[in-house]
Amino acid sequence: MTRTIVIDPVTRIEGHSKITIQLDDRGEVVDAHFHVTQFRGFERITQGRPVHEMPAITARTCGICPVSHMVAAAKAVDDIMAVEAAPTGADLRRVINLAQVVQSHALSFFHLSSPDLLFGFDADPARRNIIGVARENPGLARDGIAIRKLGQQIIEWLGGKRIHPPWIVPGGVAEPLAEETRDRILAAIPEAIAAAQRAIAWYKSDLVRWEEEAATFGNFRTAYMGLVDREGLVDLYDGWLRVIDADGKPLEERVDPRRYAEFIGEAVEPWTYLKTPYWKPMGYPDGIYRVGPLARLNVAERTGTPLADEELEKFRWRIGRVAGSSFHYHYARLIEILHGLERIDQLLRGPDILSKHVRSRAEVNRHEGIGVSEAPRGTLFHHYRVDDHGIVEWANLIIATGNNNMAMNRAVLQVARQHVRGDRLEEPMLNRVEAVIRCYDPCLSCSTHALGQMALELELRAPDGTTLDTLTR
Amino acid sequence: MSTVHTLRIDGKDVAGSDGATILEVARENGIDIPTMCHLDGISDRGACRLCMVEIAGSPKLAPACMTRVAEGMEVTAHSERLLEYRRAITEMLFVERNHVCAVCVANNHCELQDLAEDLGVTHFDLPRINPKVEVDASHPLFAIDHNRCILCLRCVRVCDEIEGAHTWDIMHRGLDTRVQTDMGLAWGDSPTCTSCGKCVQVCPTGALFEKGRAVARGTRRPRPFLPWMRVVAEERGL
Ligand code: SF4
Ligand code: SF4
Ligand code: FES
Repeated sequence: MTRTIVIDPVTRIEGHSKITIQLDDRGEVVDAHFHVTQFRGFERITQGRPVHEMPAITARTCGICPVSHMVAAAKAVDDIMAVEAAPTGADLRRVINLAQVVQSHALSFFHLSSPDLLFGFDADPARRNIIGVARENPGLARDGIAIRKLGQQIIEWLGGKRIHPPWIVPGGVAEPLAEETRDRILAAIPEAIAAAQRAIAWYKSDLVRWEEEAATFGNFRTAYMGLVDREGLVDLYDGWLRVIDADGKPLEERVDPRRYAEFIGEAVEPWTYLKTPYWKPMGYPDGIYRVGPLARLNVAERTGTPLADEELEKFRWRIGRVAGSSFHYHYARLIEILHGLERIDQLLRGPDILSKHVRSRAEVNRHEGIGVSEAPRGTLFHHYRVDDHGIVEWANLIIATGNNNMAMNRAVLQVARQHVRGDRLEEPMLNRVEAVIRCYDPCLSCSTHALGQMALELELRAPDGTTLDTLTR
Repeated sequence: MSTVHTLRIDGKDVAGSDGATILEVARENGIDIPTMCHLDGISDRGACRLCMVEIAGSPKLAPACMTRVAEGMEVTAHSERLLEYRRAITEMLFVERNHVCAVCVANNHCELQDLAEDLGVTHFDLPRINPKVEVDASHPLFAIDHNRCILCLRCVRVCDEIEGAHTWDIMHRGLDTRVQTDMGLAWGDSPTCTSCGKCVQVCPTGALFEKGRAVARGTRRPRPFLPWMRVVAEERGL
């Protein structure tokens, strides 16, 4: 006899996911599924649209990281036009992409996860939020809010509109960077870097507390994927796909991301609308890989910016060359914030950053285009086919969170195994399932639910569907 | 010497020469009447019915853009009833096709959007029809997305009256009505189109646009008269 525990979001509007945990008759966890029950089919929506609309359409359909979608979509259209984005345009896209990573990571770490870290997973949920953090450790909360705000402001200053900037266009960006804007951003960076460093220092001092927890917190062997540049450094905008195995051995040293379909399979599971990508050469489901901040730091030689590299060295010294526990996504996120800020600073000091030539123009010159970039949550693939006139006939998107689909399931399973006792549902279990999912910062609305509280319902079900126990937050 | 008529519009005493329309005289006197199909410089068609006004003594509403002024006319251009009509018309313009402003080239510089804003149309009560409508991107420079066409027929008139090409016309009826190029040929195959871009310039919405324009990156088109007519051709060195 098997029984199933279901964790279901309470608010349907906000929540898009559900978790079931399968028990066998001895009350042991045998399987776990992270269901994504609501997902917008952009592949369908985009059919018949002029390809130049793709950046805006995909940004709208997947609204959690619009800038990342605009970047990947614009790159795919560059490919269809068979042009390279104007170099300054490409650098400006890099800046806005980094700003998105900084602000998104700040939201994930400070607003959503720091309460767990500060108060512990079992603390009163009423206190376990950013307001609670602001009371307990005002400096940390202030730093987090300031970093996020700067990321958002950079996006707004460049793109004009915080959420859906039409500034990122095929061929580059729509308008050159104004000198005042550059200076304004440059002036704000040092304080944000200092804030990021303070947060890292706090995290490191706190880390020992979590060593035991981290060991069973989505800690398992997978491959890792991320974009790297020519020298193997972290590249969030462009470059080659590098994939390593759990021991850090390269599975692919440097693949042109346009060849993704040769290496990434996309499995479809009946229990989720989210596709389940896997590393083809290893088959399904063995080809499990992870993406996102942790994966990027695992695959890259270094980040390429001095302060972040210093921190990465310490990270590796503490955790190892390849970090396996999902828990360390937090740490990796902080290092990437630092890297992002440093890199924005470097790019804005580039000699041509104020160039007026920011956009290449061309017609549709190819019937197919692929654009790949790193979104805050991991590698993002946009792939379109168009007709002679540039009308989209077919589109395939692999979103960052999708890449982590298998890993999230595995992580939930591990946490459930560790914390589910008998057929009773306990709060600690719910808290940890929530927290382990949050490590991946999935781009589902439920994960950013008000003040970091995921609306979850835990339900224990018998095989015949009857409810044995529920736990609701 | 032309005759001058005196009349009242919204209670204001105004004068207009013989042959002038109510719309012209109203605008000369600072009275704004919403319009959509009307465009200074080309003939009027009375297609959109937004400019409907009440004329004392007549049970029917009359389009201001098509109705000549007459001596002693008593015109009401603004009333609760007219506002309700205008809102209803605007709503119908939206629900008849598929308008998704957020991903439209014309976003933020669209006359239909402006109209809705001016009239305070904040939501739709009518059900959306969601017709399946096509995009023709076969022309090398321009494209038409029928999803956003409101059948104002400005393109048809400007192409005929100003450019003299008469590439555009209308086909079918009712909900199936479409503007078309050369008896239904793909625009890119049109033997009459001179690629002057006038139709693109006059289109009040995002239906006609220059290819390659990203969302919300359509041209801003101030249209006092027709001086902007040559812009596209000149920009492109045609
Ligand atoms: S044409 Fe105007 S009203 Fe229609 S979608 Fe575009 S911006 Fe909106
Ligand atoms: S294409 Fe534009 S100008 Fe022509 S009828 Fe439609 S809305 Fe009017
Ligand atoms: S403007 Fe008069 S009917 Fe359209």
